Amino acid sequence: MGPIAFKKIMVGFAFSPNLKANVYEALRMAHYFDGELIFVHVGRKTPEKESLFNQLVDSSPVKPKKISIHWKVGKPVNTLLKVSEEFKVDLILLGALKRENVVKFYLGSIARKITRKAKCSVLLMINPSVERRPCQHIVVNGFDSPQTKTTIFAAFTVARALGAQKISLIEEISRAKVAVAVDDDRSLRRATLRKEKLRRQEQTRVKDVVKNLPKALTQGINWTTQSIFGRRGYSIGHYAKLVRADLLVMNARENLSFLDRLITRDIEHILAELPTDVLIVNFRENE
Amino acid sequence: MNKTSPFKQFLGDLPKNIFSGFVVSLIALPLGLGLAIASEAPPIAGIIAAIAGGTVVSVLGGSHLTITGPGNGLVIVILSAIVGMGEGDLYQGYLYTLAAIMISGLLLFIFGVFRLGALSEFFPSTALQGMLAAIGVGILAKQFHVMLGFTDVKGNTINQLILIPSSIKNLLTNPSTEMILASSIGVLSLAFLFLYARIRNSIFQLIPAPMWVVIVSILVMYYYDLVLNNPEVLGANLMITLPDNLVASLPSPDFSKLLSSDFMGYTLSITLVAVIESLLSIKAVDKLDPLKRRSNINKDLRALGVATGISGFFGGLNVVTVIARSSVNVNNGANNRSANFFHAAFLVVFILLFAKQIQRIPMPALAAILVYTGYRLSTPENLLRIYKIGKEQAIIFLTTLGATLLTSLTTGILLGIITTLLVHIVLNKSGVLFSRNWLKPNVLMYLEEETSNYYVSVKNFCSFLNFFKLKSKLDEIPPSAHAIIDFSLCEFVDHTVMEGLNDYSRSFSRQGGFFEIIGLDVHEAKTEHPFAIRKSLPESSLFNFQVSLTKRQKLLKKFSSILDWNYLPDPISNYGDLERFFCFKTKWINYRYNNLESKKKEFLLFDLSYSEGAFIAKEDLRSTFLQIKTPKKMPAFVLDKENFMSSIFQLSGYRDIDFQKHSDFSNRFFLSGEDEKSIRDFFTDDLIYFFESHTTFYLESNGDSILIRGKERLASIQEVKQMLAFAEELLKILENK
Repeated sequence: MGPIAFKKIMVGFAFSPNLKANVYEALRMAHYFDGELIFVHVGRKTPEKESLFNQLVDSSPVKPKKISIHWKVGKPVNTLLKVSEEFKVDLILLGALKRENVVKFYLGSIARKITRKAKCSVLLMINPSVERRPCQHIVVNGFDSPQTKTTIFAAFTVARALGAQKISLIEEISRAKVAVAVDDDRSLRRATLRKEKLRRQEQTRVKDVVKNLPKALTQGINWTTQSIFGRRGYSIGHYAKLVRADLLVMNARENLSFLDRLITRDIEHILAELPTDVLIVNFRENE
Repeated sequence: MNKTSPFKQFLGDLPKNIFSGFVVSLIALPLGLGLAIASEAPPIAGIIAAIAGGTVVSVLGGSHLTITGPGNGLVIVILSAIVGMGEGDLYQGYLYTLAAIMISGLLLFIFGVFRLGALSEFFPSTALQGMLAAIGVGILAKQFHVMLGFTDVKGNTINQLILIPSSIKNLLTNPSTEMILASSIGVLSLAFLFLYARIRNSIFQLIPAPMWVVIVSILVMYYYDLVLNNPEVLGANLMITLPDNLVASLPSPDFSKLLSSDFMGYTLSITLVAVIESLLSIKAVDKLDPLKRRSNINKDLRALGVATGISGFFGGLNVVTVIARSSVNVNNGANNRSANFFHAAFLVVFILLFAKQIQRIPMPALAAILVYTGYRLSTPENLLRIYKIGKEQAIIFLTTLGATLLTSLTTGILLGIITTLLVHIVLNKSGVLFSRNWLKPNVLMYLEEETSNYYVSVKNFCSFLNFFKLKSKLDEIPPSAHAIIDFSLCEFVDHTVMEGLNDYSRSFSRQGGFFEIIGLDVHEAKTEHPFAIRKSLPESSLFNFQVSLTKRQKLLKKFSSILDWNYLPDPISNYGDLERFFCFKTKWINYRYNNLESKKKEFLLFDLSYSEGAFIAKEDLRSTFLQIKTPKKMPAFVLDKENFMSSIFQLSGYRDIDFQKHSDFSNRFFLSGEDEKSIRDFFTDDLIYFFESHTTFYLESNGDSILIRGKERLASIQEVKQMLAFAEELLKILENK
């Protein structure tokens, strides 16, 4: 496993009331990750827009070393995806405005589609702000999946970069795995024992993953594990909301099928109702 | 743990269960006959249902203390099926209905196989209450006329209600001997049933009230027959008829209407009510189980399905789990399923041996039992209680009640569900919360790794629409654990959920666990969450208690100031560890009030409101108790006056510990407990002398505190003083040990 870093960060922007918060947040992120920031606007380039945007970027207190701005014309989703391919970016930043209708609209049309189709990691921010909100608590999934190692690695990388002190690793265990239906006292006892065994297994697995990470990465970060028996993808979102996590780090989906969209599952639960900022980790196979 | 083998244990428990099954059969006989007659089916149909239920469900079922047989709730649906499909010919209607019953048995079985028991949570509790009340009104309206001796009043429930005054007028204006006898049997029986619970005499209470009614009315009929030589004082329409040859007269179900829409409609409503009544009863009985077992609902549904199919084939009614008979079963010391079997066996014996006597039961006596049942189902107290929970609950209740009476049962409950939903939408001022989140998961449950508590968080809303999701998670938590239910992310919690959570809270506290509900105080601050405000926690349940003190309370207050104790007249629903005492194992504690506590907290005197049994066998009791904390550990034991009941209990498995040296003590007291050796060591000569020389109280120890009760009623100030003096002396002896 190579080092995981977000060196090329792309952010799409629109001239909305939230422009300042989005731009500041993006600049800050790129600065913390010590990466290159690529701004993309889908729409016609006019001198007014350009000067307004440049002013905004210049006024920010923190900036990454390298910034580029691109103006493209076309359909938002396809254009943004094409640019991300072209520049081989590591991370796409997407702002989601307020939680209610706009989120629904935005996620439904642009952010959600990009999240589904992107071949790189995506960070969905529900609450971009002009002032910095410290990121303290990160919740990361510990599914039993080949991608999980990378995802946990990424979570610790982000925690280092943003100065988060606490990471909770969540193992969601499907109820089907318990395979005991609770009907009466005896089945309840059996189910409880079986769960305890599964819980231990899962914990050992996740703890091993963390122990195999470079010492320099995990040092000083307080990490804990928590097993949850429940529907995959749903429980972790609920948990992140409950503990008021600042960032939720998830695996990208292994495969897409039409069925997944029909029956809400895995990451779709989180996309339907963002509990907090969400980072979906996806590194290209060839890297 | 107990090391005896399960089979030995079972054999040892047999006497208890036979005894309890016998007592239950005494109440099942009149109810079975009555419920069948009320449904316009042959009287024997009810007994067949009870026999099929008792034998099949006791073998195949998944619950422990339930009694199965013909149910109250089904009377109205079966009646409308028989009348509706018969189109004038009641017997033909009965044959069609038998087919419907058999199909509904099949449906019940399928319900159990697909584990659909949890779906019953989909009914809002207030709407269910409304439906039950409508059933009660239906039974009452029809049977009231029969109780007065008029068997030919026809029409729907509303009509029959309207006709009640004219029946009374008929009786008063132009009475014949037959009418006077019939109506006085009916009215006196009803009066007796209402008064029965007030008579606290253990021998008298051994026979359930309905059986007293039946026995006495049979005696009256024999008196007319043998002494007055007037065997036909009541017309044939006022007497029960049983077939002479049970086997030869078996009816055969008629399936020829199988595919017609009204047949399917009746089958569906029969199944619906059977499922609802059974599940409500199973849940209620689990709460009374002294061994705190959990019933396997789906297994029980399968068994009920099989039993219903068999019962229908032999001409019997639907088999459901019935609460009143089950609670009698619990109260008489049953502890496993065999009691249900013996109840059926005794019914067989009765039918075979006493067929002649049974045919002497006058209908007005049975009608009185049914009127009483109907009254208990639809008692105005229910409406009052629901009104206290909230005005909108009263609206839901009344809508369901009215709709069920005016249309049919299924339409009624459907309208009840719709009303509940509308009320919720109005209270939230929007339906978006429900429509958007209904099908989404909303419950997170996990075992906190640091504290090993179970943490449950509920999101969005939680009402009857999705309570089953929360329930399925809660059911996975062992009730001896510590569970925390967090509603801080939840915007709306309805009454059905609060009531359900209260049940969980009770079952956790019964089994030594903890069930905490948090996050509802947030709701209290907002006015748009009235359910949470009104029923946020059982602690704050509203007792409408009078502000001015009664005379007794004033005296208690004065007494407490003399002793320099704290006096608190208000009711508290936090009754501490009372449930761990033996005498509350099968009882239901409501609240304690008039609390007197000594400064050092070693004495606590209080009045307790508690109830025994359920439904028509329910008795609300109030007694004064004194709880004292003892300085040293002692064995757990129960000490009571030796009387007729205790000798019966002894026959059925409880053991009295006697001391050879102290024959006076051994004769007068009934002492029992698990650890006989340490109890014998504990009861030293001076302690025995103390008990011999003082007034006898009911006394129980749970290891570190002693509970003392006088008579099973509130104690007067004099008696309170005696109790305290007794306790103080007892404490002195214990301190010197």
